[in-house]
Amino acid sequence: MLTVEGLRSRYGRIEVLHGIDLHVDSGEIVTVVGANGAGKTTLLRCLSGVQPVTGGSITFRGELLVPVPAYKRLRRGLAQSPEGRQIFTNLSVEENLRLGAFLFNDERVEKDMDDAFQMFPILKEKRNLAAGGLSGGQQQMLAMARALMGRPSCLLLDEPSMGLAPIIVSQIFDVVKGLKALNVTVLLVEQNAFGALKIADRGYVMETGHITMNGAAEELIADPRIREAYLGI
Amino acid sequence: MRLTPKSATLIVLALLVAITPFFFPSGYYYRVGALLFVNGIAVTGIVILTGYAGQISLGHAGFAGIGAYACALAPVHWGLHPALAAVLGAAISAVLAYLVGRPILRLKGYYLGVATLGFGILVSMVLNNERQLTRGPDGIEVADLGLREVLKGWGLNLTNGEFWYFFCGLCLIIGAWLALNLHNSPTGRALRALHGSEVAARTVGVDVARFKLQAFVISAVYASVAGSLLALQNKFITPDVAGFMHSVEMVTMAVLGGVGSVLGAIFGAGILTLLPQVLTVFAEYEQMVLGLVMLLVMIFLREGLLPSILKKFWGKDE
Repeated sequence: MLTVEGLRSRYGRIEVLHGIDLHVDSGEIVTVVGANGAGKTTLLRCLSGVQPVTGGSITFRGELLVPVPAYKRLRRGLAQSPEGRQIFTNLSVEENLRLGAFLFNDERVEKDMDDAFQMFPILKEKRNLAAGGLSGGQQQMLAMARALMGRPSCLLLDEPSMGLAPIIVSQIFDVVKGLKALNVTVLLVEQNAFGALKIADRGYVMETGHITMNGAAEELIADPRIREAYLGI
Repeated sequence: MRLTPKSATLIVLALLVAITPFFFPSGYYYRVGALLFVNGIAVTGIVILTGYAGQISLGHAGFAGIGAYACALAPVHWGLHPALAAVLGAAISAVLAYLVGRPILRLKGYYLGVATLGFGILVSMVLNNERQLTRGPDGIEVADLGLREVLKGWGLNLTNGEFWYFFCGLCLIIGAWLALNLHNSPTGRALRALHGSEVAARTVGVDVARFKLQAFVISAVYASVAGSLLALQNKFITPDVAGFMHSVEMVTMAVLGGVGSVLGAIFGAGILTLLPQVLTVFAEYEQMVLGLVMLLVMIFLREGLLPSILKKFWGKDE
């Protein structure tokens, strides 16, 4: 579904992605784990179109993605829950969700909103409140719900666990796992390698702009190098 | 029943227009009121541009100038009815806003402020220097709208002051109604979203550049209509209408009252229209006092006067 080949990107003169190869098949949950500064977020920014690509290619459902401007990528089915959540703090929870469905104007919007409220009941309670007043965990739920309102076939998630309490993190990961049942393919970028690998089918390990390892998630969890470097076991 | 901000705003405006005349000690106040409403229309456009979409224009008086001089020139040169001339002015303003905004609004940040600053000064220079056409800094007379005579024919006899007071008041209510409808439409949501985060707006499919441009064009039309109304009621117009100070005044009014809400911005327009009338004694210090007021509002009441006051009394917005 999503194929990245030899992807390069730079900030000014400093190249941060030195040729990334990865692929995500339809229906999979794939995770990219790695330490801070490994280039994970830059990779996602390239995929969502807000970061210029200097080399390599991105193919999504058989089409080259690089020339497609960011705002048109959701139309192709690629949604993103961006780094730092980036919810619209001055708008209400409901308005945030409606913006997620910005491309659509049909009855399914209301149905999708009900589904979102079912997935995250706390959002229903707070639907008329300003999104900026939500807690970190609730904001993350809103960011994910908003992304799902765009009816994506593939969802890019950037550090959904960032800055959240462990109990909320496991709740969020459960929801990500549940996306499989909704036929949403997921590319999950995480520092929390253990949590991410536990729900993923496959994983990639990223270090300073390179993919250094990849394989089935359970193999990676069992790999002594990973256990030492990322899982702290 | 709980009032929505939209209906609350419209009711307050309607009451304001309808009831205040009972307290006017003289006909002069109709004129001040009409001026207030005209400024209210201009700042409603600023609310759309700055309050909703988060873009700043320092040249909106340029569009007011175009609206005003369209009403002065088109009837004379092309025999256009003054009302149609105002429509023509709005159309020219919209096209110019599109041409100026299109390249600029692809950029992030405050480039629009710089570009519009230049645009406003350019319009002002043209109006001052093209003497054969505009008669330069001395100003030019404007044809009568003729609507008052029509109303008279229907048995509604209004003085000139009364007519312009109610006509501008009506225009303001319509303008506010449109702006409030925009606020809750998908377009309005998209504007407020890109104001909050351009990156996130793009990820939900908003074409950020296009929506910023839309907001700029709409607000230019508001300024143009305000300029036309000013010219038509004064029956005379000078290039000052397009001056830089007028642009700054519009932004000041909106920011002072509360650029995020239509009623707040109109409230700001009210204060800055009435204050100089009250402060005529201190005419030399007017700019200084205004500067001080702005400074204090920016420091202590960041959201603007009206939203801050409402928050204080009700503990929440509007």
